[in-house]
Amino acid sequence: MSAVMITRKVRKWEKLPGKNTFCCDGRVMMARQKGIFYLTLFLIIGTCSLFFAFECPYLAVHLSPAIPVFAVLLFLFVIAMLLRTSFSDPGVLPRALPEEANFIEMEIEAANGNVPSGQRPPPRIRNVQINNQIVKLKYCYTCKIFRPPRASHCSICDNCVDRFDHHCPWVGNCVGKRNYRYFYLFTLTLSLLTIYIFAFNIVHVVMRSVDQGFLNTLKETPGTVLEVLVCFFTLWSMVGLTGFHTYLISLNQTTNEDIKGSWSGKNRGQNPYSHKNIIKNCCEVLCGPTYPSVLDRRGLMQEDSPAAANSEGPCSFDNPVAQTTKTTAPLIPNEHTPDDVKPSIAAEKSSGPKDDQPPAAKLPPLASPETDAETSIAKNQ
Amino acid sequence: MAETHSLQDMRQQAAVAAKVFIQRDYSNGTMCQFQTKFPSELETKIDKQQFEETIRTLNNLYAEAEKLGSQSFIEGCLACLTAYTVFLCMETHYEKVLKKIAKYIQEQNDKIYAPRGLLLTDPIERGLRVIEITIYEDRSFSR
Repeated sequence: MSAVMITRKVRKWEKLPGKNTFCCDGRVMMARQKGIFYLTLFLIIGTCSLFFAFECPYLAVHLSPAIPVFAVLLFLFVIAMLLRTSFSDPGVLPRALPEEANFIEMEIEAANGNVPSGQRPPPRIRNVQINNQIVKLKYCYTCKIFRPPRASHCSICDNCVDRFDHHCPWVGNCVGKRNYRYFYLFTLTLSLLTIYIFAFNIVHVVMRSVDQGFLNTLKETPGTVLEVLVCFFTLWSMVGLTGFHTYLISLNQTTNEDIKGSWSGKNRGQNPYSHKNIIKNCCEVLCGPTYPSVLDRRGLMQEDSPAAANSEGPCSFDNPVAQTTKTTAPLIPNEHTPDDVKPSIAAEKSSGPKDDQPPAAKLPPLASPETDAETSIAKNQ
Repeated sequence: MAETHSLQDMRQQAAVAAKVFIQRDYSNGTMCQFQTKFPSELETKIDKQQFEETIRTLNNLYAEAEKLGSQSFIEGCLACLTAYTVFLCMETHYEKVLKKIAKYIQEQNDKIYAPRGLLLTDPIERGLRVIEITIYEDRSFSR
């Protein structure tokens, strides 16, 4: 029985590996777990709604109408920055196509020479010199590339991200090169908004209590108590976080580098990416060029899929060709590939369309051996 | 895309003999620059000077895109003041230079690389990680 192949056009985001969710036909890109992001939205919108409902009418009349106006502007800016951080591509690096992966494998093999059987192959590291500092580039077994400097693999999103800062569950996305400045502006303006609402809540309560007494005030504006509670706890964490990121920006470091201690302790003062000037570092991070996404989520590509066959049997169930390069020889497992990757490579050779097997099932713990390799290398130094 | 029509015909007719990947050059930091080292696989195919000239022009174009100058500063500040909504109607400086780069690569392919059985792939299609050069089998092309 022959299968009839239908060629249809699909958007590239539908075929992207990794654990992201896409919305609006590829325009929006987020992590899979969005629960805490919805909580963030709820807290911000909820608290501000209470403020506009209870405090603003009184303050506009008794103090100044500019107060609610400024609050609205600040609120809109916060929401814009949050959505921009959450919905944009953080700087994901596309995985290597099979030919590129093979090319790199051959280069590694050539560099390593003959490893006697039974001996552990050397870790896959490439040394580059950046501004007179040796930086080690690590090999990513999932994406099959040597990660550029400052890039890191996010195990939650299963992508390598350029200038990886951290994965933030509150915004439901990774924070990387492309959205770091939006993230920073979000934390900064949210701190300001929290302080603003907190301060004017106190002012409102004081002013009203003078006229009506404290208990009557609370009875008339019950939202105040809730707002003060939310703002009080948010304030400390947001101001702290903003301060921490201001410190990182002034040194041109990422959270990832700070946690790993790459440029602190005995390596202090050796950060090759820093301009050694606080103003220049801030300008680069906040006012630097806006990098485009290299993912091309909305590009069109051909996909050949079999038409609904009469029977699903052993008959020709050709691998749908998502990209022409997938039909070429897949990565050859060799002794340098870690053992837990080998079965997944074999599975990749014989398996059907990628859609049938979620990527997580194929390459389960790949993040962990990497981090183990990384920590062991760090310890060996 | 219309401009790669003739190149696509070539791709469909010819068989790929090999692919060479020009790696990134990180000696000056994380700026997008590519190595100008001449790969040995291309020795019989193209002049070393020509190849280095192509890579150097590309490097200059990328440097122009990522320059931390007054233009990027003004663009950044203006965008921030409008909560970055201005990018819904305006193209960023980087995107404008990327278009220039795409045009340059296509020009180079048409004039220099295709007649020699080579094809440059725009690095943006490989995540700005490598410049992929496809070497086609030796056949005479009629264009």
